[in-house]
Amino acid sequence: MLRRRWVKLVVFLLALTPACWLARRAWNSDLTPNPIEYITHFTGDWAIRMVVATLAITPLRRILRLPDLIRFRRMIGLFAFFYASLHFATWFGLDKFFDMHEILADFVKRRFIIAGLVAFLAMLPLAITSTAGWVRRMGGRRWQALHRLVYLTAVAAVFHYYLLVKSDIRLPVLYGSLVGLLLLYRVGWWLRKRRAAPAVP
Amino acid sequence: MLIKKSGDIRYSEVTAKGLYLGRRKFLAAMPAAFLAGRELLSPAARARAAGKFPGLAKSPFSTTETETPFNQVSVYNNFYEFGTSKDDPSHYAKNFKTDPWTVSVEGEAAKPRKFSIDEILKLAPLEERIYRHRCVEAWSIVVPWVGYSLSALLNQVQPTAKAHFVAFQSYFSRGEMPQASGMDFPYVEGLRLDEAMHPLALLCVGMYGDSLPPQDGAPVRMILPWKYGFKSIKSIVRIRLVEKMPANTWNTMQPTEYGFYSNVNPSVDHPRWSQASERRLGELRRRPTLMFNGYGDQVASLYTGMDLKKNF
Repeated sequence: MLRRRWVKLVVFLLALTPACWLARRAWNSDLTPNPIEYITHFTGDWAIRMVVATLAITPLRRILRLPDLIRFRRMIGLFAFFYASLHFATWFGLDKFFDMHEILADFVKRRFIIAGLVAFLAMLPLAITSTAGWVRRMGGRRWQALHRLVYLTAVAAVFHYYLLVKSDIRLPVLYGSLVGLLLLYRVGWWLRKRRAAPAVP
Repeated sequence: MLIKKSGDIRYSEVTAKGLYLGRRKFLAAMPAAFLAGRELLSPAARARAAGKFPGLAKSPFSTTETETPFNQVSVYNNFYEFGTSKDDPSHYAKNFKTDPWTVSVEGEAAKPRKFSIDEILKLAPLEERIYRHRCVEAWSIVVPWVGYSLSALLNQVQPTAKAHFVAFQSYFSRGEMPQASGMDFPYVEGLRLDEAMHPLALLCVGMYGDSLPPQDGAPVRMILPWKYGFKSIKSIVRIRLVEKMPANTWNTMQPTEYGFYSNVNPSVDHPRWSQASERRLGELRRRPTLMFNGYGDQVASLYTGMDLKKNF
């Protein structure tokens, strides 16, 4: 069933729903008394959720024996980049109003800004090389190696979130645990594979 | 079973002829009535016309800046007893009972005693004070508070010579505040005695001409306009005059980020963000933050000779 075209469309629409929801609230001037803060948090939340979702694809494929889940990974990854771009643009344009002086000062001084920037910049090459053409040009192995950068994005994004909350760390800890679990699964998989097929000369 | 229903229309259900004939007029009047209703809901009208405290004395400490609308101030709160999201307190504090309420004023005082909220309301003439309010999170509001200087209350109990500081404590009950999280409760705050006795330090019982909504710290709270918002402790049950500097919750949690004084100071950054500018709710662009939130003329002398970078 996962191979059907409409399933992909449904996943696409689902992933787009938060953005529509935000647009609707904006249209109704219903973005809380502090709209910029609200948009920032909303897009940031969805960016990190999408990152977690892409990381979950591979383990879920194996655990649920649903190899076809791979069909959605690129799309969800690109949605992560989409929400992260909105998040970044909100901070850069709406919050700081393109004030390069303040932005540069933030880069140097604020650890959570640096972590957020690392998370975002690491996504950039992945978004660019997300097309089939790029996979071909780079070769599967190299392409895959590059796309492991998403692990850096996930860790940096969680760190970014953790550093900026004032005291209620429940959500950053939740995302951190999910990312930790998903990465641990990969380590476990890798170790098992290595044991199963001892070093080839 | 057969249920018989009378086919008759009772006389009481018949529309009177005059009303029937006037129905168009009634419909025509609807938009005006709707607009009038909206007008009543606007903060200014809501307060001064129908509020609990009509005809308040105007305070010379008031700013002439535009007030932030009530319907923004009252749904954007930091009150972790009722949850850590800005919109949590207005949800979860709805049924918070603030009557009866007593505030114990105790410690280094010649006449320590408890005050009921009614006594507090009558202790001194209530004033309206329109203050700027700057949160440590770099947003700000302008609010017409109702109350009088805390000194009026403290003078009632006659602080002794040993009273150098004032320790405040918020109400806390896990049963009534199941959403409370993010810190240790009850919330505590503190001031130096001279800060507490400063006329700007407001013992606040209302806003926008009405009582405080629960999410804004009902029934009685502090307002310290030259300090970051978290110093202005809400829903006070205990005020203790003490000899040594008391603890304050945020400082206990993160001493490198929140000091005891926490005076608004654009040149001392929060370790994680800049305090140089702020966003006034309702405005898009940031505005520069003023030293002591613009109350330097009144309060700067309290801190003469102190290194405010160290004593942040």
